[in-house]
Amino acid sequence: PLTKYVTAMSSASTTPPSVDKVDGFSRKSVRKAKQKRSQSSSQFRSQGKPIELTPLPLLKDVSAQEQPELFLKKLQQCCAVFDFMDTLSDLKMKEYKRSTLNELVDYVTVSRGYLTEQAYPEVVKMVSYNIFRTLPPSDSNEFDPEEDEPTLEASWPHLQLVYEFFIRFLESQEFQPSIAKKYIDQKFVLQLLELFDSEDPRERDYLKTVLHRIYGKFLGLRAFIRKQINNIFLRFVYETEHFNGVAELLEILGSIINGFALPLKAEHKQFLVKVLIPLHTVRSLSLFHAQLAYCIVQFLEKDPALTEPVIRGLLKFWPKTCSQKEVMYLGELEEILDVIEPTQFVKIQEPLFKQISKCVSSPHFQVAERALYYWNNEYIMSLIEENSNVILPIMFTSLYRISKEHWNPAIVALVYNVLKAFMEMNSTLFDELTSTYKSDRQREKKKEKEREELWKRLEDLELKRSLQSDGIIPT
Amino acid sequence: SCSCTVVSKQPLASKMAGADSDDSLYPIAVLIDELRNEDVQLRLNSIKKLSTIALALGVERTRTELLPFLTDTIYDEDEVLLALAEQLGNFTMLVGGPEYVHCLLPPLESLATVEETVVRDKAVESLRKISHEHSPVDLEVHFEPLVKRLASGDWFTSRTSACGLFSVCYPRVSSTVKAEIRQHFRTLCSDDTPMVRRAAASKLGEFAKVLELEYVKSDIISLFTALASDEQDSVRLLAVEAGVSIATLLPQEDLEALVMPTLRQAAEDKSWRVRYMVADKFSDLQKAVGPEITKNDLVPAFQNLLKDCEAEVRAAAANKVKEFCENLPEDSRETIIMTHILPCVKELVSDTNQHVKSALASVIMGLSTILGKDNTIEHLLPLFLAQLKDECPEVRLNIISNLDCVNEVIGIRQLSQSLLPAIVELAEDAKWRVRLAIIEYMPLLAGQLGVEFFDEKLNSLCMAWLVDHVYAIREAATCNLMKLVEKFGAEWAQNTIVPKVLGMANDPNYLHRMTTLFCINALSEVCGQEITTKHMLPVVFKMSNDQVANVRFNVAKSLQKIGPVLDSNCLQTEVKPVLEKLASDQDMDVKYFAQEAISVLSLA
Repeated sequence: PLTKYVTAMSSASTTPPSVDKVDGFSRKSVRKAKQKRSQSSSQFRSQGKPIELTPLPLLKDVSAQEQPELFLKKLQQCCAVFDFMDTLSDLKMKEYKRSTLNELVDYVTVSRGYLTEQAYPEVVKMVSYNIFRTLPPSDSNEFDPEEDEPTLEASWPHLQLVYEFFIRFLESQEFQPSIAKKYIDQKFVLQLLELFDSEDPRERDYLKTVLHRIYGKFLGLRAFIRKQINNIFLRFVYETEHFNGVAELLEILGSIINGFALPLKAEHKQFLVKVLIPLHTVRSLSLFHAQLAYCIVQFLEKDPALTEPVIRGLLKFWPKTCSQKEVMYLGELEEILDVIEPTQFVKIQEPLFKQISKCVSSPHFQVAERALYYWNNEYIMSLIEENSNVILPIMFTSLYRISKEHWNPAIVALVYNVLKAFMEMNSTLFDELTSTYKSDRQREKKKEKEREELWKRLEDLELKRSLQSDGIIPT
Repeated sequence: SCSCTVVSKQPLASKMAGADSDDSLYPIAVLIDELRNEDVQLRLNSIKKLSTIALALGVERTRTELLPFLTDTIYDEDEVLLALAEQLGNFTMLVGGPEYVHCLLPPLESLATVEETVVRDKAVESLRKISHEHSPVDLEVHFEPLVKRLASGDWFTSRTSACGLFSVCYPRVSSTVKAEIRQHFRTLCSDDTPMVRRAAASKLGEFAKVLELEYVKSDIISLFTALASDEQDSVRLLAVEAGVSIATLLPQEDLEALVMPTLRQAAEDKSWRVRYMVADKFSDLQKAVGPEITKNDLVPAFQNLLKDCEAEVRAAAANKVKEFCENLPEDSRETIIMTHILPCVKELVSDTNQHVKSALASVIMGLSTILGKDNTIEHLLPLFLAQLKDECPEVRLNIISNLDCVNEVIGIRQLSQSLLPAIVELAEDAKWRVRLAIIEYMPLLAGQLGVEFFDEKLNSLCMAWLVDHVYAIREAATCNLMKLVEKFGAEWAQNTIVPKVLGMANDPNYLHRMTTLFCINALSEVCGQEITTKHMLPVVFKMSNDQVANVRFNVAKSLQKIGPVLDSNCLQTEVKPVLEKLASDQDMDVKYFAQEAISVLSLA
């Protein structure tokens, strides 16, 4: 079959692509070759009417007294939203708005005394008009963030400047949260969080900064923000499995967790166990695993007592069919073990090493290899050594078997090293396990046979009962 | 704690020995050991046979020992919990019948609070199932308190589960309890978490159906209005479906005031997901609100959806064009279609999005029966023809697959001029799935176009597919031939296709020679004994000397297949020697299949 396959491949590459020779497998590459798609938000219904903005003088060209007034006017002008899918319409006005936004960005960065109380609602209004919109449907039915190019936001030339402006506004020295909180409220934050689903990574990056600033400056919104992120994650895990901004939100959470006061509140622990751990079950884990693992480790560094529930959680959700995810889990476990306290390790070592023993004997060599790398980690080695009387019996059967059976020579070599290490650690126990290996296997087989017999008898019983109830055999 | 913990750990065998005397007294610990097995797969197997375990224990011990154990130890892999939740829904007889069914509530209650959605949904499903087995008294004493506990649970999962349980207990409880249930449902509709509001919104229609009309008006409408204007579009869109159910419950005169404002608002929602939902439910909505509101409100709303700025919404609406038109009130149907719907449809034919065009193509032909012959020829035919020439193969395919609708109205001949190039192009499409799809419509087309047209224009296509370079196409082409013979008869087969099929037996490509055999397998039965014996069999025999082993073992398989068509004399004198020769072939696969044929045909 191999030669056949190769022949087919080479003939495919030499023959010119005639119409009926094209196969059905080229779809993805064809799609790839396409230009980057861009899309605009759903709010632009074809209005048809051109937008007219009357040009205003530059802020620097008017007196300091007139500037606040002009600033407001410019903010109002920038509330006009253009249709960027129509590349020909309103060209002049689009350019005018772009330059105005640029001017506003500079203005809030360098000016002093511009932020009157009246400016706050206007700024928030302008930002809201521009960024809050219903995100369009994803172009491809099954958008695969790892494979497909993201759809880019068509109105980015304006949108970027609006975000830029908003961040400068939030970071401005004159910015006063006590005034702004009237306008940057729960509803505002909720809409902001929904935008994290944007397919455009540039937009998500700006959103991350914006949310971070808001979280930092508005103490009254913190609990609300955390709760809404909770809801987004729970929906993502249990309902849709689709949300583009999980990595960005986790990144923000990473620094939020860092700032949690000790002892941790019940709310935060619940977030760890009921939200962060289940996030590991999602199909697209690879897209945010690094950020997720960081959050988990942050928690454990804050409160080592959480180690046991975390590891038990990971073991509960351990991937059964996806080897790629299994490797990620093993990586995360190693990060956890790097910071684990010996007292915590003892609590969890049994279930943990039962799983590691399964991984080590995985027929997928990357999984087996990743697990066996633990033995290169000095700290983990020291923990294993201290507890070798518990861990060695758990690991021994798998190691002994793979050393004889695994198809991959590299794995067999690694296993020999591990066995050697164990032998040096605890030679008495090692010899004992080696000598009882066979009888242990036999005992297991016997137990297995007894189980089968039990079930057979139970089934006979069931059959007899059903015959009785059908009146075939008298009771 | 349950009694199982009292049983001391004994070796398994001794417990088994004790069981010999009385089957019904298996020590529960043995069985529970099975449910606790370290291996998840074994645990899962045991849970799936929970009914066997219960049977072994008998109803009383199931109630007093097994169920408490299950209730206490619910922390396991979700897969095990799912199996458990399902099992418990069928456990009524195993705990002693309806009288004791409430014993099943505690474990199911815990399962209904689990995080994993599938487990929870299954637990709710089982709870709904066993709710019917409760007597009215038990329902109030045991079931309803459970619903209340879930509805006021701390974590959102239990409140979500509660949403699905109100409607099953409401009809069978006293009016005081009913009032409480309504209050609980109301609370959940304005729950803090969107997950619970979504669950409530999705059950709103179902709940409305079991309520008395006065409460539908006083309670449900306000909940519906609130959910339909929720800040999250995921909640609003679920309210749309509820709106349809509610509309079916209300008398006509109340519809305008109570539901229409909200539905109108949903059709123009700023989120495309909500508009999509409206489009998707449009036919149900139309039936629910009746002809007058349809004329005044739904027609313009439908036009807007067909012109929506999002392709998703347009496609969903396009899918409903036929059904919507069909259900229009008869007195004004034609006028509405001609003046309001058809102009939109015309635009959709040249939509920029292929999914929209393809959705339209799958239903547009259905309009011809509604509009009749003259309108079809004048207004629809140009659209069909345009879609038959569409750049997207799926659009063309959808038109062709619905040809039967037009055939009844204007006859397919009207289309044949344009049809043929479209068919030919699809038949040669670069994507094999497209070719496969058109092959599947061949028998239908052949039936409608008639044998003459077929022989003249399509026969050569059907034969060309037999040598396609994709196996799936060759296979479908073979099957297609069989269906054609079923339509046109054996005589036609003998004159037109059999000679061509048999000719391929001399092809230098062994794949084509094998296709001959596959065709014979498919055709022998429909062609009958005479053609098979006279024309096909000699070719099969000749191929038994083929130099390629794959051909030879397929000869053996073919002989096995066509054997039943042949008479016994022919089998004994002609088939048997050939199979015996193949049975001593040097290739082991040839031998294998020859021997198999000999034994199946009882020629040994």
